[in-house]
Amino acid sequence: MKHLLSAADLDREAATLVLDTAAQMDAALAGREVKKLPTLRGRTVVNLFYEDSTRTRISFELAAKRLSADVITFSAKGSSVSKGESLKDTALTLEAMGADAVVVRHSMSGAPHRLAQWVRGSVVNAGDGTHEHPTQALLDAFTMRARLGRLEGLRVTIVGDVLHSRVARSNVLLLSTLGAEVTVVAPPTLLPVGVDAWPVEVSFDLDQSLPKADVVMMLRVQRERMSASYFPSPREYSRRYGLDATRMAMLAEHAIVMHPGPMNRGMEIAAEVADSVRSTIVEQVSNGLSVRMAVLYLLLGGAEVAA
Amino acid sequence: MGAAPDSSDPLGSATRRPLLDADALARTVDRMAHQILEKTAGAHNTVLIGIPTRGATLARRLAARMRAFEGVDVPVGILDTTLYRDDLRLRAVRALEETTEPPGGITDRLVVLVDDVLYSGRTVRAALDALRELGRPRAVQLAVLVDRGHRELPIRADFVGKNIPTAPEEQVRVLLAEVDGENAVVIISGGPS
Amino acid sequence: MTPGWLLRGVRLYGEAPVDLLIKDGVIAEVGSGLRAHGADVFDVGGLVALPGLVDLHTHLREPGREDAETVTSGSRAAALGGFTAVHAMANTDPVADTAGVVEQVWRLGRETGLVDVAPVGAVTVGLGGSQLAELGAMADSAARVRMFSDDGHCVSDPALMRRALEYVKAFGGVIAQHAEEHRLTEGAQMNEGVHSARLGLTGWPAAAEEAIIARDVLLAEHVGSRLHVCHVSTAGSVELLRWAKGRGVDVTAEVTPHHLLLTDELAATYDPVYKVNPPLRTACDVEALRAGLADGTIDAVATDHAPHAVEDKECEWGAARPGMLGLQQALSIVQLTMVDTGRLDWRGVADRMSARPARIGGTVRDGHGGDLVAGAPANLLLLDPAVTSVVDPAELASRSRNTPYAGRELPGRVVATFLRGVPTVLDGKAQA
Ligand SMILES: [Zn+2]
Repeated sequence: MKHLLSAADLDREAATLVLDTAAQMDAALAGREVKKLPTLRGRTVVNLFYEDSTRTRISFELAAKRLSADVITFSAKGSSVSKGESLKDTALTLEAMGADAVVVRHSMSGAPHRLAQWVRGSVVNAGDGTHEHPTQALLDAFTMRARLGRLEGLRVTIVGDVLHSRVARSNVLLLSTLGAEVTVVAPPTLLPVGVDAWPVEVSFDLDQSLPKADVVMMLRVQRERMSASYFPSPREYSRRYGLDATRMAMLAEHAIVMHPGPMNRGMEIAAEVADSVRSTIVEQVSNGLSVRMAVLYLLLGGAEVAA
Repeated sequence: MGAAPDSSDPLGSATRRPLLDADALARTVDRMAHQILEKTAGAHNTVLIGIPTRGATLARRLAARMRAFEGVDVPVGILDTTLYRDDLRLRAVRALEETTEPPGGITDRLVVLVDDVLYSGRTVRAALDALRELGRPRAVQLAVLVDRGHRELPIRADFVGKNIPTAPEEQVRVLLAEVDGENAVVIISGGPS
Repeated sequence: MTPGWLLRGVRLYGEAPVDLLIKDGVIAEVGSGLRAHGADVFDVGGLVALPGLVDLHTHLREPGREDAETVTSGSRAAALGGFTAVHAMANTDPVADTAGVVEQVWRLGRETGLVDVAPVGAVTVGLGGSQLAELGAMADSAARVRMFSDDGHCVSDPALMRRALEYVKAFGGVIAQHAEEHRLTEGAQMNEGVHSARLGLTGWPAAAEEAIIARDVLLAEHVGSRLHVCHVSTAGSVELLRWAKGRGVDVTAEVTPHHLLLTDELAATYDPVYKVNPPLRTACDVEALRAGLADGTIDAVATDHAPHAVEDKECEWGAARPGMLGLQQALSIVQLTMVDTGRLDWRGVADRMSARPARIGGTVRDGHGGDLVAGAPANLLLLDPAVTSVVDPAELASRSRNTPYAGRELPGRVVATFLRGVPTVLDGKAQA
């Protein structure tokens, strides 16, 4: 594969290869003092972040550095990115620099697809608008597999602002590719028209879907959505769709709670849930590193692939 | 993103010339086990590190034979060298294989690297780099079932099962029952290399 | 004056071959075995003659965005597409909301002389939606504006819309509404449905168009005014129009070539060449639009030719401006979707692309939209429906390149266009 633009770019075999490779990366670095591999020496990875996302940017930066790639980061602030240079001109600049891979985060859906049409190197979607965030889905799947031992047949409930969530879109695609059964739960205002074509079950009732879930993934809900009448108040939202200790008690013994971060404690997730032993939120961060190393390795660690 | 298939894929139209049959292969492994025992004072403070895929299998076999001969338990580790190779860009991306540190680690021990075929020496070079990240061994030695020549680096083996002169366009395949369903060493010519 | 043209063996409306003599700007004679009387003889065996096409909806971008299109370049594209009259939309810079601006555009059209350019006047000052522009002054100007539209924006305020509908009755004007309930399309990027859900692009619901059409036909009925609906794009809109016409409401409607052919699935490329407003819809909508055009519920094909500079399309989908080129391929798309599918014959095409739009926009007075009969102004085109060609954006006459048909093989080629007896296109080449 040349690019990672969408979780749909990965069939079952390719997705499993990423997860397996991430596990091997973990093993290769386990217990090391110097967490560095020479694998991508001489390769250049450009992080192009049009949107502030410290967590994702650092994760990709560290992943590339651990593989000994040269890393250049353009952030929204203080680069031509913020001075109105067009995406296409930026792409041509990256091309001239000899970027082997461009990791792009953008506020507009589809921007990585456009970039992929203009650069020779590989493009990795690090989150585009309300579209997708495939490496987040990969790290989520990795975390589920590590905690629960499998993905096939796993029942995953994704709760929250599905309409605006790139995490939800990528997870739905990837998890269904890997054989999990996904339910999305949200107020009807926060589900896209057309969700009925997704390979998921749709529910408006969180309490009903909790007892059968192996995984509950809480999505971030921005308080500002209230002003656009997606829900009447944060209080009502968190009463109906927030995960608190009472609701957590309805979960099966083995069930885990995930959140892509950053969390709105008290809104979609209560502090005691976020800090409980079911919570994988900290693991998700470290797994993100392994998964991103795996993705960079699989895109750049071999002979060049024709587009 | 798919990785290159393992080299155990079907041989196609290539011609296959046997070099060692199952019995000869077993005798060769036995001899190597004896040599290692002899040169390491009974495998004292020694670990075997196999390079996947078949080097790892051979390391396990050698350890089993050493236990049979002298009752010693030699720790076995597995070391994938892929991430340390300097020739990754010459081929489609390779799937990674497992890495397992031997019980007790490698620091201050004698490490015997085990691989099936010694050819250019690049795998061994990558293994030496990878090994350095695992710890600081007292010494590193190399055991290979087949040395087929054509070295590209100043590397030689301490234990060689069989020297087999080959032409560069030929391939030497070590087939092991655990991986390939049969035990033999063969030369392939005329097939895809 | 040229000695005229004798077209031998021409198939009027695709029917049996006859000869047609053009002299002194009119169709002098139609019959078999005509004598040339000194005219240039043009042996056009097999070509189809249609009345010159009339476009109710063209963005010529002049004044203001001459980098994207000019009256001259747009006129050339129109002539090459078989048009003899185009209505230039008002959303220029400055906005065509005064007699001065509409006269400027009209004059530029006359100077180019390839098609009649009929300026559309803005309904509200600066397209601002709050105060009526001086519609009467534009009507009385040299441009004799009869069609008014805030196109690009909807006249949202229902009271203002009512007044506009009423006011233009005084001079036989018509309000052409860009039907879009803007509160339902904030940030909208594409049709709201299965594809927008998947692509994470904000949806433009069909109901946003239909709600305005429903409101406006009721208003038009109430005040007894004429309403024209721009670029109808949904099946629901077609139903509403059918219902309104059934009630006798004086409403007409247009559909664009791209809405007759393309669907929202194309947004999956994230290539903004497929971004347009109203957006590409579903295959069901396309089917309803074709049926509506065939049965006359939709009166006209109008291009919504919307040239955009390269930087406005070579960017992220969300940053791109909506709009597509349409003039040069309009007839080919209609042939592909309506004629080759058996839904319209060539007389039907002449009705939907010439006669009815000429009546709606008022260019009948300039001799457009008439039948191809002796004595009629010689506004006509010659089409070779049998050839196909692959669209190459670099070969288009427009200053812009944003055609959604690049690389598509399309049927039909306009061989010649005549405006009042003067060829504006000959052998597929513009004459100015
Ligand atoms: Zn419009």
